[in-house]
Amino acid sequence: MDSNVLSIKNLRVSVGDKEILKGVTITVKSGEIHALMGPNGTGKSTLAHTIIGSLRYKVNSGEIMINDINLKDLQVYERARAGLFVAFQEPVSVQGLRFINYLRTAYTSLHPEERLEYKKFVEEVKELLAYFGLDSSFIDRGLNDGLSGGEKKRMEALQMLILKPKFIILDEIDSGLDIDALKVVSKAIGRAKENGAGIIIITHYQRILDYIKPDYVHVLINGRIAESGSGDLAKLIEERGYEYYRGGEIDAKVE
Amino acid sequence: MQKWNENEVEEVKKLNEIKYDFVTNVKPAYQVQKGISRSVIEEMSREKKEPDWMRNIRLKALEIFLSKPVPTWGPDLSELNFDEITYYIKPEDRKANNWEDVPKEIKDTFDKLGVPEMEKKYLAGSVAQLQSEGVYSRLKKQWEDKGVIFMDMDSALQKYPDIVREHFGKVVPPSDNKFAALNTAAWSGGSFLYIPRGVSLDLPVQAYFRMNGALEGQFERTMIIAEPGASVHYIEGCTAPTYSQYSLHAAIVEVYVKEGSKVRYTSVQNWSDNIINGPTKRAWVEKNGRMEWVQGSLGSKITMTYPSSILRGEYASTSNLNVALGIGPVWKDNGAKVIHAAPNTSSKVVAKSISGKGGMSVYRGQLRINPGAYNSKASVQCDALILDDISKSNTYPHNEILEESASFSHEASVGKISEEQVDYLMSRGIREEDARSLIVLGFLDDVLKEIPLEYSIEFNKLVKLEMNKYGAVG
Ligand SMILES: Nc1ncnc2c1ncn2[C@@H]1O[C@H](COP(=O)(O)OP(=O)(O)OP(=O)(O)O)[C@@H](O)[C@H]1O
Ligand SMILES: [Mg+2]
Repeated sequence: MDSNVLSIKNLRVSVGDKEILKGVTITVKSGEIHALMGPNGTGKSTLAHTIIGSLRYKVNSGEIMINDINLKDLQVYERARAGLFVAFQEPVSVQGLRFINYLRTAYTSLHPEERLEYKKFVEEVKELLAYFGLDSSFIDRGLNDGLSGGEKKRMEALQMLILKPKFIILDEIDSGLDIDALKVVSKAIGRAKENGAGIIIITHYQRILDYIKPDYVHVLINGRIAESGSGDLAKLIEERGYEYYRGGEIDAKVE
Repeated sequence: MQKWNENEVEEVKKLNEIKYDFVTNVKPAYQVQKGISRSVIEEMSREKKEPDWMRNIRLKALEIFLSKPVPTWGPDLSELNFDEITYYIKPEDRKANNWEDVPKEIKDTFDKLGVPEMEKKYLAGSVAQLQSEGVYSRLKKQWEDKGVIFMDMDSALQKYPDIVREHFGKVVPPSDNKFAALNTAAWSGGSFLYIPRGVSLDLPVQAYFRMNGALEGQFERTMIIAEPGASVHYIEGCTAPTYSQYSLHAAIVEVYVKEGSKVRYTSVQNWSDNIINGPTKRAWVEKNGRMEWVQGSLGSKITMTYPSSILRGEYASTSNLNVALGIGPVWKDNGAKVIHAAPNTSSKVVAKSISGKGGMSVYRGQLRINPGAYNSKASVQCDALILDDISKSNTYPHNEILEESASFSHEASVGKISEEQVDYLMSRGIREEDARSLIVLGFLDDVLKEIPLEYSIEFNKLVKLEMNKYGAVG
């Protein structure tokens, strides 16, 4: 298994005039699962978008590296080619862009060295659709077009598996999923981990973490990591709520 | 869909030059002096050895042409100078029914365009025209045996003067518009397709129109007659090399969809950027007949085209699917015209346009449901996608619903590519230009999926090329 490192160091990010991330440091290695939790509006999605390089998010200082490559000057597609994958909290739709055409273009862009056998690829996608409990007709539907919330999340998880990224950021992949879907998606995350991916799961709920146990849990409060700990921290958070981090204790909890 | 990077774009650009942007070196067998006049028309008609009645139709149409003003309600046509155009250029004396008999220069031209290859693989028959005349036509024997006729229009006039005379200028009279008058006066070439009663062609036929020079006029005349119960798919392809000076293309297409017959007319136009294109295409659709227009319009400097269906018999129906790309300094004026003149008729219009790099795309439509056209149904959908802030799109729908029991819906949308969409696709490793192309092709998918696969693959490539023509869009 490759051993890769995604390191986010002291990252400060603003959207418009407002600083959202105020110095975030997280290091993820191949095969690790990190959970990132925190109240609404605290900057979790901002972190995901910033890592993939969306231009709307301005990095004021700090850095994002994969191994010894600084992602600073890389465009979004180059970051994807460097091995990053983000499952977005709200995946956008593109009317008329058939899923399979899109996915094939993505795959050949990400893995130009492979000669893609189209038939095999389609079979693989169909198998995965079945695995996620989706009808094979999804292959020809417009990208995310008219899909229900839970269906979109399952399609994101499917892409996570098929595109074989090195690092995966799942932004609330569990929101909107029914119990069965939650189980499959958790299993899929397990598969990605076995394939050697390093994974950040952004979530509000303990439940997904019951199925797929994180190695580390980070709590993001007001753009700062207020606490980091082992997998058990998630339960504690659920018991205590974020109230616990209000006031002067924040600095004390930082590792 | 293939992945598409800069190298490939370059490659296809080269291919495009070989494929479309080249000139055929032929010394015309015959051509008239430039400009249009009674004597030019008479000379053409004499050269073609036409019957008197046709010459008279031409001369009458010339008067109408001269009396009508150049339309000013749409794109700027002030550049058009009717005196500097050459109206009739015959590249070759012979007409061949076999590619081996086509002179080498001309055969090479159509080889480059892939016409013989397409014919072999995919078509029941094909007609090829260079400049003003058909140079080749062929229909597979099995269809000839069933009485199908497919040939260039001039030959049809010689061989089947009665059928031509009976149908000529009825669906599109010369008084319809200035370009229609011009075509009727100066027409040359085009194709004639006749399908006898009850015969249905399971493969399409194709007519390919190739222009060659600057300040050249191409005025082909096409007539399609589907007898009761017949069915056919006709495909039209158009290309031309690029010049700094314009050339004028103004065709007339008359389609007779008789009782219970079905005609699909697919037009894939990939004009070079110096072409001014103003064809008039119209179908008469009788009881239980069906007319389908599918049109993809790429390139050209100015295009004004509004394929029309007149639903004359009960339960006649039509669909009109139109894609227009207005990218660069061009004006695309596209639309559809439907007249419901009988009860229980139905129509569906879908028009999609793209504007980019300063381009202008217009939807100009007319839909009328006559009083007494009980229970007729019509829908019009026009969607515009504008790629940047310097490009424009306009919609001029003209709807007259004069029958109370009719139902009618009209939807229009104007959109932009959202940066979130581009980001999403890029986050999956896709380059920005490719992401934008994919979004555009997705937008067009409703219509593109109606174009035969062999053509839509090419069309997809051409759309990507168009988008990259003036540098990446966005
Ligand atoms: N494009 C944007 N324009 C304006 N404000 C933004 C933008 N993106 C994020 N913000 C603001 O930044 C803050 C952090 O948002 P973010 O989406 O990162 O939060 P989050 O932690 O993911 O919240 P949630 O748990 O609700 O998903 C919020 O106050 C949000 O309103
Ligand atoms: Mg969020």
